[in-house]
Amino acid sequence: MNEFEHKLSMAKKAVGLGKLSRRDFMAFTMASGMTLSASQLMFAQAARAEAKKGGTFKAGIGHGQTTDSLDPATWSNGFTFAFGKSVMGAPLVQVNDKNVAVPHVAESFEPSNGAQKWVFKIRKGITFHDGRSLTADDVVNTINYHIGADSKSPAKSVLSSVTSVKADGPDTVIFELKGGNADFPFLLTDYHLSIYPSKDGKIDFAAGIGAGPYKMKSFEPGVKLVGERNESYFGTTYFDSIEMLSIVDVAARTNAYLAGEVDFIDRADLKTIDMLKGAPNTELYNVSGFAHYTAPMHVDTKPFDNLDARTALKYAINRQELVDKILFGYGSPGNDDPISAAMKYAINPAPVYSYDPDKAKALWKKAGMEGQKVDLSASDAAFAGGVDTALLMAEQAKKAGIEINVIKEPNDSYWDNVWLKKPWCLCYWGGRPVADMFLSVSLAADAAWNDTHWKNPRFNELLLAARAETDETKRAAQYAEAQQLVHDDGGQIVLMYNNFVGALNTTVGHNTFNSDFDHDGGYMYERWWKA
Amino acid sequence: MHPVLKTVLQRLGLGVLTLFAVSIIIFSSLQMLPGGYAQNILGQGATPETVKNFNHELGLDRPAYVRYVEWIGNAVQGDFGNSYSGTTGTIKRSVSAIIAPRLYNTFFLAAMAAVVAVPLSLLLGVLAALYRNSWYDRIVNSITLTTIAMPEFFIAYLLMFFFAVKHRWFYSLSTVSESTSFWEHVNRATLPALTMTLVIIAHMMRMTRASIINLLASPYIEMAQLKGVSKSQVILRHALPNAWAPIATVIAFNLAYLVVGVVVVEVVYVYPGIGQMMVDAVSSRDMPVVQACALIFAATYILLNLLADIVSITTNPRLLHPK
Repeated sequence: MNEFEHKLSMAKKAVGLGKLSRRDFMAFTMASGMTLSASQLMFAQAARAEAKKGGTFKAGIGHGQTTDSLDPATWSNGFTFAFGKSVMGAPLVQVNDKNVAVPHVAESFEPSNGAQKWVFKIRKGITFHDGRSLTADDVVNTINYHIGADSKSPAKSVLSSVTSVKADGPDTVIFELKGGNADFPFLLTDYHLSIYPSKDGKIDFAAGIGAGPYKMKSFEPGVKLVGERNESYFGTTYFDSIEMLSIVDVAARTNAYLAGEVDFIDRADLKTIDMLKGAPNTELYNVSGFAHYTAPMHVDTKPFDNLDARTALKYAINRQELVDKILFGYGSPGNDDPISAAMKYAINPAPVYSYDPDKAKALWKKAGMEGQKVDLSASDAAFAGGVDTALLMAEQAKKAGIEINVIKEPNDSYWDNVWLKKPWCLCYWGGRPVADMFLSVSLAADAAWNDTHWKNPRFNELLLAARAETDETKRAAQYAEAQQLVHDDGGQIVLMYNNFVGALNTTVGHNTFNSDFDHDGGYMYERWWKA
Repeated sequence: MHPVLKTVLQRLGLGVLTLFAVSIIIFSSLQMLPGGYAQNILGQGATPETVKNFNHELGLDRPAYVRYVEWIGNAVQGDFGNSYSGTTGTIKRSVSAIIAPRLYNTFFLAAMAAVVAVPLSLLLGVLAALYRNSWYDRIVNSITLTTIAMPEFFIAYLLMFFFAVKHRWFYSLSTVSESTSFWEHVNRATLPALTMTLVIIAHMMRMTRASIINLLASPYIEMAQLKGVSKSQVILRHALPNAWAPIATVIAFNLAYLVVGVVVVEVVYVYPGIGQMMVDAVSSRDMPVVQACALIFAATYILLNLLADIVSITTNPRLLHPK
């Protein structure tokens, strides 16, 4: 395919998505020498290239292990998370492409009592893959599986505010919360929480039977999962079948894509991204997500207990350079606010931390730290390029007279022995759809993952108030103040927001991408189609 | 007792002892690794509470020696236990059930590579000895040394680039499953087998060449030459039979390598073999699987070396009929 053909196919696609007007499309095609009637015909065809059923979708995924299982409590990687998002599982609530929580297995949800009580109506007539019908009891048992006392599920901490979940009749489920939470439906979009059939209070996930868009045909952990369309799915889905292939090696993944064996790959190699971009029939999947890389400092440990020292370090890092060199430009610099600019309630707190060695030097001196070293624990387990990031930071800080001693930690036990334990290290935060989840998971005083030990009374007050607040204007003001506090006083250095970068064959159609997770928010198997 | 039989029995006995030692070493080194299965699976989600629940369910809160004795007791009876990844919930995945299909894949690939590599390297080696120091000898030597000197993944990427991406003759992905037909399996495994062939050929070829050339200085070869036997007959009938012992040892070593050392090739071609599984199991601390894999690998080495020894003994009349 030459450059013109490539541009033409992109233009056609844009028309199909309604992003390119008739006038613009015709201007492009006629400028390329096409006749009026030919380009009119082409526009009509392209505009019709909308979602349709059929085809097999093969995805090359950069995650997956032989230890993966069908137990939803064990899902934690970029391969298994899709099971609960848009393969076998169907959760109560989904996030749509406008980042709004929409009912899914639930038909509707309604808060009361200051958003402390939530009533979910379950959609009628949903059946699991084996024909059993989905009831309110299944929903209750699924939730209890994750929040029970002996639960091993990571969703336990997500739902820690739930005090009780009860069925009220065959199609109503009532959640009671410790405190009000206007964003509660978002918590239920978590990929662990897809609804499973249950018997005697226990859910049955062993056969991979859920209520989601695809029936599991075969699953070999660490190799692949094959799914067939669930003809009785209550939602809409397009592919006849899907194949998820675990291809952990990035070069192998790229080759599989170039050889045409898969339609989509995630986690593209940014070092060779230009070659992938130039491949025939390829659309770059480039979504600026909510995920970010951070360098948390323990604010109760010397020297980070000194605000001037913290601020000095914030000014001593050239974040734009990190974006350019670590993310090869596929990302954006952070401003010590965990809420990405694309999210609701996001502000860009002033002053924006930009690289200012002189200011950093002055502050470092003011903190009485002149000539002293600080240790920074780094590993590629924190995020790809973690060690390089730390070394770059050390170089940048040197200009401000700050000596950062980079300690390379082993990848293997990074999350056990380094993160949360070492006073300054590197960390990664995945996507979460709402501001409250970001702020409460790592910055609230009592959070299990408070990796900065930051306990700001005003912030925690605002967090609780905003969580239950249903007045949009008030809520926005509260979140703005909270973000400003994190920015000014917190110990979290948000280095950069990373984009999700992959490659997608142009035969695959899609709408606007979700950005809370990779893979179109995890919904690609359900929402994409073969044109 | 026949000396061959005696050696076999002795070696098997020693082999069992070795396996036992290996199991202790593996078990204790896994204990020394930081982290654990629960922390690994839960990742950032590992709160002390969930970790405790997890470990209790897996029985990991008991002392190490209790777990080892329990495991070895079952293993002796042929029960390798359940993988940790299947111990939670209602899904039980026995180690044997997880390993069996992957072990088959690994042996399939090793056999494919061996069927090509062993005869080819013997042939090249004999020819190189026959025409030593000729252009042929030098070219074969430099090519095979080049392929052994290049890292496996690099050879794999080169082959993939030419035969899968540029010309779509073979698959770049070697994902096979139990439903894959035999010929489909062969087709999918062609590039990985070719990669491994290129990696091991030099070692065997050069050993064949060297051990034949070594013998060529012996008086009995000189005798054969003096009585007018042709050059190729000298090598095939007089030198080669006496050269088998070192060649067999090297072949055994390379065959063992084909089984246990192919994790890089497996990863690059996404071939579901046992090497990949062991690496995953180690990094997730799935100990029952690691133990079983280690025992299989050790057994492979022991058996192949035993086979090489038997070949050495049977091809050497002095060892076969000791006084």
